[in-house]
Amino acid sequence: MQDQETVILQGHIIDSLILAKVLDTILMLGGTFDLQDVQIGKTREEPSRARIVVRASSAKLLGDILHAIQPHGATVENERDCRLTEAPADGIFPDEFYATTHLSTQVRVNAQWLEVEGIEMDLGIRVDQARLTARTVPMGEVKRGDLIVTGREGVRVIPLQRPRDRDVFSFMESQVSAERPHGHIIGDIAKRLVQLRAGFREGKVGSKVLLAGGPAIVHAGGREALAWLIDEEFIHVLFCGNALPAHDMEVDLYGTSLGYGHVAGRVVPHGHEHHLRTINRIRAIGSIEAAVKSGVVKTGIMAACVRRGVQVVMAGTIRDDGPLPGVITDSVEAQAAMRAAIPDIGLALLVASTLHAVATGNLLPATIPSVCVDINPAVPTKLADRGSFQAVGLVMDAASFLRELARELDWKP
Amino acid sequence: MSRLLVCPPDYFGIEYEINPWMRRSNAVDSDRAVRQWHQLMLVLEQDVGVVLERMQPIPGLPDLVFTANAGVVMGCKAVPSRFRYVERQKEEAYFEAWFRAQGYDVLTLEKGLVFEGAGDLLGFSDGWFGGYRQRSDIRAFSILSEWFTKEILPLELVDSRFYHLDTCFCPLSGGELLYYPAAFDRYGRAAITERIAPERRLAVPEDEALKFACNAVCVGKQIVLPAGCPHTEQLLASRGYRLHPVPLDEFMKSGGSAKCLTLALN
Repeated sequence: MQDQETVILQGHIIDSLILAKVLDTILMLGGTFDLQDVQIGKTREEPSRARIVVRASSAKLLGDILHAIQPHGATVENERDCRLTEAPADGIFPDEFYATTHLSTQVRVNAQWLEVEGIEMDLGIRVDQARLTARTVPMGEVKRGDLIVTGREGVRVIPLQRPRDRDVFSFMESQVSAERPHGHIIGDIAKRLVQLRAGFREGKVGSKVLLAGGPAIVHAGGREALAWLIDEEFIHVLFCGNALPAHDMEVDLYGTSLGYGHVAGRVVPHGHEHHLRTINRIRAIGSIEAAVKSGVVKTGIMAACVRRGVQVVMAGTIRDDGPLPGVITDSVEAQAAMRAAIPDIGLALLVASTLHAVATGNLLPATIPSVCVDINPAVPTKLADRGSFQAVGLVMDAASFLRELARELDWKP
Repeated sequence: MSRLLVCPPDYFGIEYEINPWMRRSNAVDSDRAVRQWHQLMLVLEQDVGVVLERMQPIPGLPDLVFTANAGVVMGCKAVPSRFRYVERQKEEAYFEAWFRAQGYDVLTLEKGLVFEGAGDLLGFSDGWFGGYRQRSDIRAFSILSEWFTKEILPLELVDSRFYHLDTCFCPLSGGELLYYPAAFDRYGRAAITERIAPERRLAVPEDEALKFACNAVCVGKQIVLPAGCPHTEQLLASRGYRLHPVPLDEFMKSGGSAKCLTLALN
């Protein structure tokens, strides 16, 4: 957590170089600052005023900095507690509720700044006054009488810090272009996967890799590469719909995906029925897990997930066939299940699914690096527009991406 | 005609130690102090030609003699000091009462916001400088600046021997500045350099700064300063000032000299 405090400096602070001295002092002691607002006096007699946000890596350092700059007139801005209003009914926020961003946020309660847990965009903030905790809450989950933060007073949003690693994520640019070479980006992603796998194996928090993907992964030929990545423990959480597992298992059972011969690449007679027969078969068995464990489904993405104990959240849509057992058909429930899987994620790969990429992007705090891969530039652009510095967009085919990534990690197809 | 507030040294002495100059063991020779003070008054009245307003000395307030710290006066407004040390806080009421009795419009700073009067606020007609960190709180200057509609550039005092601005900084009537640069940090020196042209900056050497050469009273072309500062005298004489050195070493035992013993009233 970055500690910060807003200070006001006023008077004849420009020509006396008091402002310069205060800013130098902050830097010299190892802090950083944001000059949020500087009003310069229009005449020599008129005072100037600067609002400075001082940041430091620890509360102690922040205290030291404030102690050093206060004699030069820097006064901690009068801060107020955030306003708390009771929710009027279940599922309804009070008017003027504070809507979160995907950036780390703190709220002031009883003169104390609390870190808001479970940060995610477009939610409210619920405060537990007895335990002095604050947590995001989706509109649908709020209960009557919950204390919800309203207005903007006593709320502060912490801007993203430049990431320390010197790789593609550290450029803090969200450009998406089909014209840029992909090689070095995929190389950097591979390096991250290796680091995260090491962390995951040591049980380090925040080391899980999430993949949210669509069926194009299977159709385009990325199934084997993804299954290998899962088997090698590079992927730990899978978000998908009904189609990705259906076509993945269709390949295993019928050798087709959506009726196309997976190897031959030709339409197979009556192939269009294969995915329905697959879904029906799994429904008869009762679960994907049982289908894999009983040996009915032997290869592919879902088989690898079951073997490796990957957490899978399948969220259904209105165009689903079946659906497969385990697909969550209530979208609010599905959202909650996805949300529950987010806290331990260290990297998100959003591959070939507009729906799941956007839904997942909305759930991710800005601090989590994400890669969005789609042949349609609109999807990575939409994700990048959320303002995550650490979002990398790749305009490319899902299978090419996964195969190249796996090869980078020594996959031998 | 210039008017200065002064207070006879009837009860002057070293009864506590609140600056590096004060040593209780270094006792004041009272008779000598009285003689030196009277000589200073004589020079001010006869040679410089100012009008002196005398305050009633109070037993138990040895530093009441340093009227520069009574507060600051501009026109009909007066702001009494708020002393940093409890030893001098007892003087506040007397100075404030004096300003009120004289009919000044008295403006008071909030309690706890320390500001030691003309000792820390000096300037030229177009802009003032405020000394802070040792005795006055920098925050006082933004309030005073508003009350007096004057620019006040704060200068940090970094050497505890020069604990008030008037111990190391003396604006002169001709626009020159007599000062001791090492009493300020590089920001303060840069601010001074930016404001005052090189030919107007008169730097005092360390040995004379330590004799409080900068603690001088300048009225028109007349300057009263502590005796024993030949280099400073020469510097000032070359700018056309008439000098009146006065021995004030009894008051130096307390960390004060000519300027500290007076308060300009207009």
